Amino acid sequence: MKFGVVVFPGSNCDHDMYHVFSEVLGQETVELWHKDTDLKGLTKDDCIIIPGGFSYGDYLRSGAIAKLSPIMKSVSEHAAKGGYVFGICNGFQILCEAGLLPGVLLQNAGQKFICKNIYLKTTTKNSVLTQKLDTNTSIKIPIAHADGRYYIDDAGLENLVKNDQIIFQYATEGNELSNDVNPNGSVSNIAGICNKGRNVFGMMPHPERASEDVHGNLDGLGMLESLVLG
Amino acid sequence: MNSVETKVTVEIAQKLGLTSEEFDKIIDIMGRVPNFTELSIFSVMWSEHCSYKNSIHWLKTLPKKGEHLLVEAGDENAGLIDIGDGMACAFKIESHNHPSAIEPFQGAATGVGGIHRDIFTMGARPIASLNSLRFGDLDNPHTKKLVKGVVKGISHYGNCFGVPTVGGEVFFDKVYNQNILVNAMSVGIVKVGETVSASADGPGNPVFIVGSATGKDGIHGATFASADLTENSADDLPAVQVGDPFQEKLLLEATLEVIKTNAVVGMQDMGAAGITCSTSEMSAKSKTGMRIDLDKVPTRQKNMLSWEILLSESQERMLIVCKKGQEQKILDVFDKWDLECEEIGVVTDTGFIEFIEKGEIVAKVPADPLVLGGGAPVYIREYEEPAYIAKVKDFDIDTVKEPNDLVATAKELWKLPNLVSKRWVYEQYDSMVRTNTVTTNRPSDAAITRIKGSIKAIVMTTDCNPAYVHADPFTGTMIAVAEAARNIVCSGGEPAAITNCLNFGNPYDKGVYWQFVNAIKGMTAACEKFKTPVTGGNVSFYNQSVSKDKTEPVFPTPTIGMVGMIEDYRKSMTLDFKKSGDKIYLLGKTRNDINASEYLRNVCGVSLSPAPYFDLEESFVFLENLGKVIASGLVESAHDISDGGLFTNLLESAMVNNLGFDIAFENNIRKDAFLFGESQSRAVISVSKENEAQFMELLSQLNFDFTALGIVKENTIKINNIDFGKLSSWKTVYENTLGEQLD
Amino acid sequence: MKFKALINIMPHKELLDPQGKTVKKNMSHIDIDHVDDIRIGKRVEMILDAKDTIDATNKVETACKKLLANVIMESYEYSISEI
Repeated sequence: MKFGVVVFPGSNCDHDMYHVFSEVLGQETVELWHKDTDLKGLTKDDCIIIPGGFSYGDYLRSGAIAKLSPIMKSVSEHAAKGGYVFGICNGFQILCEAGLLPGVLLQNAGQKFICKNIYLKTTTKNSVLTQKLDTNTSIKIPIAHADGRYYIDDAGLENLVKNDQIIFQYATEGNELSNDVNPNGSVSNIAGICNKGRNVFGMMPHPERASEDVHGNLDGLGMLESLVLG
Repeated sequence: MNSVETKVTVEIAQKLGLTSEEFDKIIDIMGRVPNFTELSIFSVMWSEHCSYKNSIHWLKTLPKKGEHLLVEAGDENAGLIDIGDGMACAFKIESHNHPSAIEPFQGAATGVGGIHRDIFTMGARPIASLNSLRFGDLDNPHTKKLVKGVVKGISHYGNCFGVPTVGGEVFFDKVYNQNILVNAMSVGIVKVGETVSASADGPGNPVFIVGSATGKDGIHGATFASADLTENSADDLPAVQVGDPFQEKLLLEATLEVIKTNAVVGMQDMGAAGITCSTSEMSAKSKTGMRIDLDKVPTRQKNMLSWEILLSESQERMLIVCKKGQEQKILDVFDKWDLECEEIGVVTDTGFIEFIEKGEIVAKVPADPLVLGGGAPVYIREYEEPAYIAKVKDFDIDTVKEPNDLVATAKELWKLPNLVSKRWVYEQYDSMVRTNTVTTNRPSDAAITRIKGSIKAIVMTTDCNPAYVHADPFTGTMIAVAEAARNIVCSGGEPAAITNCLNFGNPYDKGVYWQFVNAIKGMTAACEKFKTPVTGGNVSFYNQSVSKDKTEPVFPTPTIGMVGMIEDYRKSMTLDFKKSGDKIYLLGKTRNDINASEYLRNVCGVSLSPAPYFDLEESFVFLENLGKVIASGLVESAHDISDGGLFTNLLESAMVNNLGFDIAFENNIRKDAFLFGESQSRAVISVSKENEAQFMELLSQLNFDFTALGIVKENTIKINNIDFGKLSSWKTVYENTLGEQLD
Repeated sequence: MKFKALINIMPHKELLDPQGKTVKKNMSHIDIDHVDDIRIGKRVEMILDAKDTIDATNKVETACKKLLANVIMESYEYSISEI
């Protein structure tokens, strides 16, 4: 699988995503510039990464301006053809704003930026991202966001559950869901979801920050390797 | 006010912050009375902030040479050290105290932006930032507001800019109630030979302004930064600058890209005094001149006056001198990143900076007399020991009663704002972006950042206990350097160099100047001993609280930002206890000393006492030996003893992995001094049983002073068989106290 | 008596509004060109008890000055009506 990392003005995890896919996982990886519509030869079997950061300064609303960039048209077309799209943090916000994923990410309940390790429960193995993960064991992944409170109305939530679209939830180290460990007030502790077609993914936590020996934490590597397997 | 209409007199000069002698000197230099615009140029360039007129004489005495140094202090925007493999590390710390006291969010944000710009203007990519913050009494509602604003400002700017905030310190004392200190440090890396200088060589080369448009914000900021802060300062609207981290992120990427085109001759960031400072400093450095057409400067507001354009401190702007004929390369890069990039003038050989508006020269000033190291005034101020020092020397430990109940005393100490976890603060900073932070899951005394593509890492810390410096500026500053070095060594690194941020009161106050001079002397002594030259930094005077009847300076606060190296990040050392049964050793000599400790000042309520025991030679030998002990690979953890003493140190190592300890000691030192005293040059290490024999042998080879304290033990906190209760309750207080006060 | 106050808080016009500037720059993405300026502020709606209009005005003024607006960075204006 080839990877294309979109670079928006204000993206700041673009280098990190490029590094983890090309250097750590040894995959062919290209950068995609926001003003272009060219996907540099990526086919529907490949994956577009929407990285974290503060695209357009997160001004107005996180992701609101980025969704209008020329590259996003190509990303939507890629997704419509069944190609993989994976948004992390700001990338998740952009995919929601662009309508490629349901719901919206609101300001954290505590109204502060939070950067810390949290634990995730893998809710389903039924996705290319989680197929190799263990739903019975939590993984420790860092979060770093100000707008991470996932919100969707009741009907939407029901659909997510019915279609098995919730892929990650904030949990205790012991893999239990609890309000106490919900860092941002997300509905149902939701940390990551996929679309109905199961080819577009978004999550707030940063697996690339837990994927090398230097991080002292390899819990993020599993899902990235899982994605590489396709 | 208009430059044409305003008649220049000595009164006007004084209003701009110049003295009458300085005004005479200007007339002498110019050979005529300057017009208002020219006078404004002098006023900002000769302000304390730009000229260092009251400090430069002493700054020149600091040690500046070292084997790793690639540029000497003051030569470039920031210091540069060789880190091997063809790479160099650029780093600097800077204050943004007065703007943060007025508008904490924007003040702190633009402070972070300014220091990063200093680093990337040299061609280095910032890879880490740190900050050192001093606030007033935490019980004061105004302090809470300032803490929230400053932290949010740093968080907003740093997180968006995409550079991890990996370390720092927060200190509370009522002396900072009105005048907080916000010191921000940036560390970047660059390939040797790919740095860009702040020079304007080659007459005929075009000059560009890039980044943001110029607006009326921050006008006279440089002058403002040099004037006493009064209760009315909040009305001084134009001093506020608004930061745009998004714009700065684009400017960073564009800058690093434009350097690769080889079309750049020189580049300087626009900080204090904006266009004026950058044009004069670049011209003076290259012994050239510049002719700038102010009509070509992109402005945010219509009809800005010439002096407003010249003095504006609008953020996220830079001045670039380009090779003639290669203009298009520069235009293309900035166009790609959607940034303003306008050719506004040309390098000349006249030695003058000339500003033109509507075809006419509105100001023409020789560059050299404006700048530090050129003709800017240099003052050597008088100083004398302030009266409080006599009271400091009078302190006698025997007047402090030893506590009967150590547990109760420890609890009292443990909840002090200076000792509790700063988690509420640092969790608001993105500490992991760029995926190089080693210390996220491996806590150390200093922050460690890997250099991508290698196993090398940079180790960084900021340190200064201002209470020590207040008690004894000479010793206190030596301690600040020594503590920084100890933090680097405890993390497995080797100290390389420092940058400093010298926060003091009014230099015209003889007592304040005495503090300043002695701090410089202490820094010199310690930096020479530890072979950590001073690569640069900044001076911030006039940090004081002004009320109707008196002026109270803040504690003298010479913040030390130290950078060191680790050849292999896998060999970095952590501070946390690893497993039950490991042996705990105290290295170094403990004295019967509670001087200037948190315990003495904030539990016993004694505000004046000497600095804690410190001997430079002892500290140096200690550090050499500690480095050898850590490098031996025989120890499981190492943690420097600092604020809060041994007791705080042990709990900090215990809490990480929820392990406790059982220790006992017997000596002729007061128990409070042993547990809570802050005598210097000490650290605690833990060793596994398997390595203990070999470790003991090493200690005896090194002739290292040590005390065997006890063992790491789960679910236990026991000292001399006294049960100190559950670790979890100590941890709860530690983790939550600050948040409870601030949320 | 109950009053409703509508308060508009805007960044001072002399100061940079990074948000407004960025939004303005990107209006072209939705094919709206020639936008001269965009500045982005906040609107606050407040319902309060007061003796009379003067009392209500005093309270709203105090709220704006001391809490709702950062007067160093922002200016405010309001209208008050009885409900």
